[in-house]
Amino acid sequence: MSLVITDLCVDHGAIRAINGVSFSVSTGQLAAVVGSNGAGKTTLLRTLSGLNKATAGNAHWKSTNLLQAKPEKLVRKGLSHVSEGKSVIPELSVAENLDLGALWRRNKKESAQSKEAILSNFPRLGERLGQRADTLSGGERQMLAIGRSLMSKPELLLLDEPSLGLAPLVIEQIFQSIRDLTTSMGLTVLLVEQNAIGALKIADIGIVLNLGKVAIAGPAQTLIADPAVRAAYLGY
Amino acid sequence: MMKLFNTILIGITSGSIYSLMAIAIVLVWRSTRVINFAQAGLALASSFVGFEVLTRTGSFWIALPVALLAGAGMSAFIEYFFLRPLLKRSGDESQEIFLPIIATLGLLGVIKAILSFIYGDQNGTISPPVSDKDFIVGANSISMSPMRVLILIVVIVLVSSITWLFQKTSIGLALRASSYSPEISRLAGVRVDLIRTCGWAISGAAGSAAGMLQTANGSGSLSPDSLEFSLLLVFGFVAAVIGGLESLLGAVLGGITLGIFISFVLMYVSGSLVFISAFLILLLVLYVRPQGIIGKKVGRRA
Amino acid sequence: MHKLKANNITRIFAFLFLALLVYLLSNHIDEWRSFQGATVMFYVVAIASIILLTGYSGQISLGHGALVAIGSYTAALTQIYLHQPIWMCFVASVLVTALFGAFLGFAAARLSGPYLAGTTLALAVGLPSIANQFRILGGEQGINFDVGWPPKSLGADFTQYKWFFWISALATLIAMWWLHNILRSRYGRAWRAVHKNEVAAELAGIHVGRAKVLAFTLSAGLAGLAGALLAMTMNNVSPSVFPLYLSLSLLTGAVLSGVTTLGGVMIGAVTLVAIPEIATSVSSRWGDSGNLATYLPNLVVSVLLLLTVFLAPRGPIEKFRAHRSTPERISQTKSKAQ
Repeated sequence: MSLVITDLCVDHGAIRAINGVSFSVSTGQLAAVVGSNGAGKTTLLRTLSGLNKATAGNAHWKSTNLLQAKPEKLVRKGLSHVSEGKSVIPELSVAENLDLGALWRRNKKESAQSKEAILSNFPRLGERLGQRADTLSGGERQMLAIGRSLMSKPELLLLDEPSLGLAPLVIEQIFQSIRDLTTSMGLTVLLVEQNAIGALKIADIGIVLNLGKVAIAGPAQTLIADPAVRAAYLGY
Repeated sequence: MMKLFNTILIGITSGSIYSLMAIAIVLVWRSTRVINFAQAGLALASSFVGFEVLTRTGSFWIALPVALLAGAGMSAFIEYFFLRPLLKRSGDESQEIFLPIIATLGLLGVIKAILSFIYGDQNGTISPPVSDKDFIVGANSISMSPMRVLILIVVIVLVSSITWLFQKTSIGLALRASSYSPEISRLAGVRVDLIRTCGWAISGAAGSAAGMLQTANGSGSLSPDSLEFSLLLVFGFVAAVIGGLESLLGAVLGGITLGIFISFVLMYVSGSLVFISAFLILLLVLYVRPQGIIGKKVGRRA
Repeated sequence: MHKLKANNITRIFAFLFLALLVYLLSNHIDEWRSFQGATVMFYVVAIASIILLTGYSGQISLGHGALVAIGSYTAALTQIYLHQPIWMCFVASVLVTALFGAFLGFAAARLSGPYLAGTTLALAVGLPSIANQFRILGGEQGINFDVGWPPKSLGADFTQYKWFFWISALATLIAMWWLHNILRSRYGRAWRAVHKNEVAAELAGIHVGRAKVLAFTLSAGLAGLAGALLAMTMNNVSPSVFPLYLSLSLLTGAVLSGVTTLGGVMIGAVTLVAIPEIATSVSSRWGDSGNLATYLPNLVVSVLLLLTVFLAPRGPIEKFRAHRSTPERISQTKSKAQ
């Protein structure tokens, strides 16, 4: 087990958004966290990446305590978070957005290699390097956001709703790239999704959040196959 | 005809100094969304540092960089010890939005008072390092002297280095990214707090350059109560607003525009109306084109 | 309704009591203290004007010194050129400054905090210099505003500054009474709504722009009255009476008083008057040559401003209140969380 979360609680003012969540993900696994609006999915990711403060509990990535460090420190420890809603900076060019992810890396040769690898994965970005990011389509922006996070050479990738606001065909592409990247780069991925079925289909394990608690967790295929789970949490 | 030409020349020189001050204001605004009213105090204090160095070494060329460094240091100090804790704490309570503004004004008061303690009524002097006699072409004297040329060169060098820093270097990319989206920048591994302090330091350096040049270009005398520096702050602010408060190019254009405008008022109308006409320009810009002369986005209401 | 009426009566008595207090006080203090008393009254009105603007309508002004200056010059000009009685000079100050405030308010209503702050600061820095342009404003020497000797009927030993103190106190009480009422009226409620949440206020049918302009106008009117009081106490109006430091002091006074409530306005006013006196006594004790006495007040005012912003951003009174009610608040939050 490499990502271990135990009894995590997070408060938003007087409201408890996460209430005693525990689960773990092994290295190289793609874990999908699904659940309805307000289940605490985004809060969970923001807490793990250091943007929100936890009230109680533990969360470790290998030997790193995720609850004590700032986001910019955790990036250096191999954690990368793509926040909700196409996490790119529209005023910067595509190339600059990518470079931003590798600013902290000392070895410029290695970051140049990362950039090449990312561009070969997302050739569309390569064609648009000089354009401002706000001229990109929704899907391209999402690719750019993921590309930017890969520039910081992550081992653990936190993705928040990459399918948000995209066309079904594009969603499929994005999900497929996420699956491929996980396998080819040996990443561990925590994928938060409203689009439960799509996410569970590519995931190794699934975690269903409901009102700040883990409702059910298990192998992704089992969850999809279980009619009770489908009816209660997945919406059909 | 000659008068018109000279008026424009004077406007460009003084406008270039306002540009530096406007850049200082814009840099702070972009990095922390605060107008730093202590900027005039910083410029004043670092000009006094420059004056001290000048009297000891006799060289303007040592005094200027030392003043720039002093300005950068003091500005970073203010950001680190005053603004950062204040901005960290400020919640959603609406009156707390004003606190950073009020704090910078308080800092201006503190800096002025401390300088008054040290210097009292004595004035410092920064005399022009090169001749400030106008060039003579044929029978006419044109309003351009070695000193004015020097000012233009210093401003051009500083503005192009700042632009280069912002557009071509890693720290520049971090500065721009942090000002557009602090959260995404943090997630990308940028130490936003540190970068903000850098932004303030660069701004402090630009402001002190404006202070040094303004003093050497004007009366040459430096006093803690000088109205000149308060006016420099006001003109810098007006220039920054003309330029849209977001862009460095805008700040430069705003400064030059304001400089030429003020020069016209000085030469053709009256010296004591300079301020009120700058104020009217400010109101006009805010009414007609709140996004500044080169800005695109609308929306200046909070 | 009955309750409201009862409240009104208590308030009338409270104000009458204050008036009586001023009367008794004025009989037992010397000229210097009377002068200070009059100055306190000036600060009360000026600070109240900032509190109305910033604390209630949510706009900031760093340049109230400029509005005070307009009030002062108007009072003096009305007396010199229009030969009006004193009370007319006061009224003219209020009206002219309010008019100017309305003009400024139209620009201000469109601006968010930093722009408004910069614009008003620019005004405070530059406005006094206009006095050098027009001869009727008297240049650096300034012009006089002479209220005259106290009426004979008050007795032969009724002094000049006691008279100033009386006039200031009366004007201040009237202004505060009026302000108190307007803050409790629908305008006051509208301002508070706009301050809390502009969008919500707009949706609730409040004309946000109009409410803001009105607040600016009324605040300027109060600042104009303060200017007339200052001109009376100083006897003379010149650019040097209105340095940037005056705007800074007024802001400090407002922050010290607690920008959100009118209740603490005396704290700020008395502090501002006390600072120079304390500074003088401190520097004479240290046997200083004069630098300290001249510049210490500026330093103290700025430092006080910073300290308040950092330690008690809502003013000492609120800080004290918050201290006492903290245990309650925590238990409330806890019960909500569960």
